[in-house]
Amino acid sequence: MNRIDALFKGLKKKRKKAFIVYITAGDPNLSVTEKLITELEKSGVDLVEIGIPFSDPLADGPTIQRASQRALKKGANVKSILKMVRSVRKKVKLPLVFMTYYNLVAHYGLSNFVRDSGKAGVDGLIVPDLPPEEAKALIGIAGKRNFATIFLAAPTSTKDRLKNIASKSKGFIYYVSLTGVTGARKKLPQDIVKNVKSLKRITAKPVCVGFGISNPKQAKKLARLADGIIVGSAVIKIIEKNIGKKDLNKKVSAFVKGLARAIH
Amino acid sequence: MRKKHKTPDKRGYFGEFGGKFVPETLMHALKELEGELNKALRDRSFLKEFDYYLKDYAGRPTPLYFAKRLTKKLGGAAIYLKREDLAHTGAHKINNTLGQALLAKKMGKQRIIAETGAGQHGVATATVAAVFGFECDVYMGTEDIRRQALNVYRMKLLGAKVVPVTSGSCTLKDATNEAIRDWVTNVRNTHYILGSVVGPHPYPFMVRKFQSVIGKEAKSQILKIKKRLPDYLVACVGGGSNSIGLFHPFFNDKKVKFVGVEAAGRGVATKEHAATLVKGAPGILHGSRSYLLQDKDGQINIAHSISAGLDYPGVGPEHSYYKKIKRAKYVAVTDSDALRGFRLLSECEGIIPALESAHAIHYASKLAPKLKKNNTIVICISGRGDKDIDIVKEHIKF
Repeated sequence: MNRIDALFKGLKKKRKKAFIVYITAGDPNLSVTEKLITELEKSGVDLVEIGIPFSDPLADGPTIQRASQRALKKGANVKSILKMVRSVRKKVKLPLVFMTYYNLVAHYGLSNFVRDSGKAGVDGLIVPDLPPEEAKALIGIAGKRNFATIFLAAPTSTKDRLKNIASKSKGFIYYVSLTGVTGARKKLPQDIVKNVKSLKRITAKPVCVGFGISNPKQAKKLARLADGIIVGSAVIKIIEKNIGKKDLNKKVSAFVKGLARAIH
Repeated sequence: MRKKHKTPDKRGYFGEFGGKFVPETLMHALKELEGELNKALRDRSFLKEFDYYLKDYAGRPTPLYFAKRLTKKLGGAAIYLKREDLAHTGAHKINNTLGQALLAKKMGKQRIIAETGAGQHGVATATVAAVFGFECDVYMGTEDIRRQALNVYRMKLLGAKVVPVTSGSCTLKDATNEAIRDWVTNVRNTHYILGSVVGPHPYPFMVRKFQSVIGKEAKSQILKIKKRLPDYLVACVGGGSNSIGLFHPFFNDKKVKFVGVEAAGRGVATKEHAATLVKGAPGILHGSRSYLLQDKDGQINIAHSISAGLDYPGVGPEHSYYKKIKRAKYVAVTDSDALRGFRLLSECEGIIPALESAHAIHYASKLAPKLKKNNTIVICISGRGDKDIDIVKEHIKF
């Protein structure tokens, strides 16, 4: 069984929700990222999304844009990130998924990307600029290797689209909480509750909510509803503030533990 | 019977290029736009209104002018200029913004946004926002704001807000990223008027539809004057809207050769150019699969051109298709040669062209002497050069 499926199966038995954290690989450098991933697992994170930085991240807000720029300046690329993952995989058990833009995947080659990611210990892939309509080849390749293709559902997705997204998604479905780009928000839209409920009526697959979630209060509220909560920019802001400081891991861990308590 | 040329296909592909590579949030809006567009293109009252605005507001048809002195000076093929510089707002961009604004009105959107490089598309968008009463935000890189100050001021006069973009190279690519981010956020009440034949389906198709007026007019004009089709069509290519507008109506006229002129910047052997089709490789950016300037990892390169309108590391998918099937030839002209073209047309014909169009002029000036006197070249003068005076001043001293 894929690690992601095993995770959600286990959580379901315990009636618990998944806590997912996104960080950009190579921000501020790959050795820090490696340490952060092990720290995240210890701090109660159930799954880590590893962002492969892209020069033009058009689904991301300023926080992840800056993280991507920092990582690219340090020369992070698919190869060096795969190397880091191979190393961290020996230390952590939690599922890892890549999140990146389609040009990087296509440029590396779909088959090569899925094969090398799988071998390194990555369990799935999220590509924000790849709707299921354009993902036929990737779905085919990933399916053969038990590599999860996680698609995004949005507040503007019609019922037909939601059905298609649900049927094409493996591992979980990523529900985008708002119309907009990534980034911590103080307030989230009212229609999340209704939208997540209607998505859950369509599918039995796990639905995880991300985009905008920045504090334990929001996370707790949404965890009642969804199967998992995804936090990215809010964690990256802590990393950003503590770059070069000795207690970066501690600061991130403290923030993440607060969210973990709210979700679990 | 000749097989009718039909692109893009239902999924928005021109051969292997095109498609819809956007965040899920936009997928429904694209489908809605496609539906409204197809309805509008069959709706006589819509087409009548579009024609009305093209004629009475934008001043179409634009002339096809015989460049007599230039032709004589070069001593070869007869050169005709398709005078898009004479369209309202000073460039071909108005053709597309009028069409899209009418569509946005039909869709009940209150707000329009746009990206702009040279500022010509921004001005054309601000113009239709004023005439149809939309709220309007135009995204523009700070580097372009600096070098196209006149157009920034024009947009403000027209009542639009110019939003400075400080990410990446601070040019058209980054302005496009930011416009897409705005659209993802405000998709429910906002229409994004993309200015070129780029982006996700149906944009490349839609912008071609609205810009095809250039080629349709040129065709009937040259047939009237010369009683035959031209031998060459020459136009500059950034994203590629004036060139597709000119080329597409001649697609099935196989004897008419197409030349797309890209910006070679400081030379295609350097890293500082915008010659996407000449030097790039296929990839995915801004919603479609097409040629791109990218590095060994697939990161997008920063383009360079003296002309802000060509300073873009991508190109429309239909151009990639034309390259693949060898329907068009793509070449590149450097900054300094573009300045030569700029000066040549100004001095020879009393027409100060946009720096973008100057690339096409320079190429045509090298092509014409190699052809016979009974050959004909049509150059698209995509815009007027007033906006570029500050840049040109730095290079041409008197």
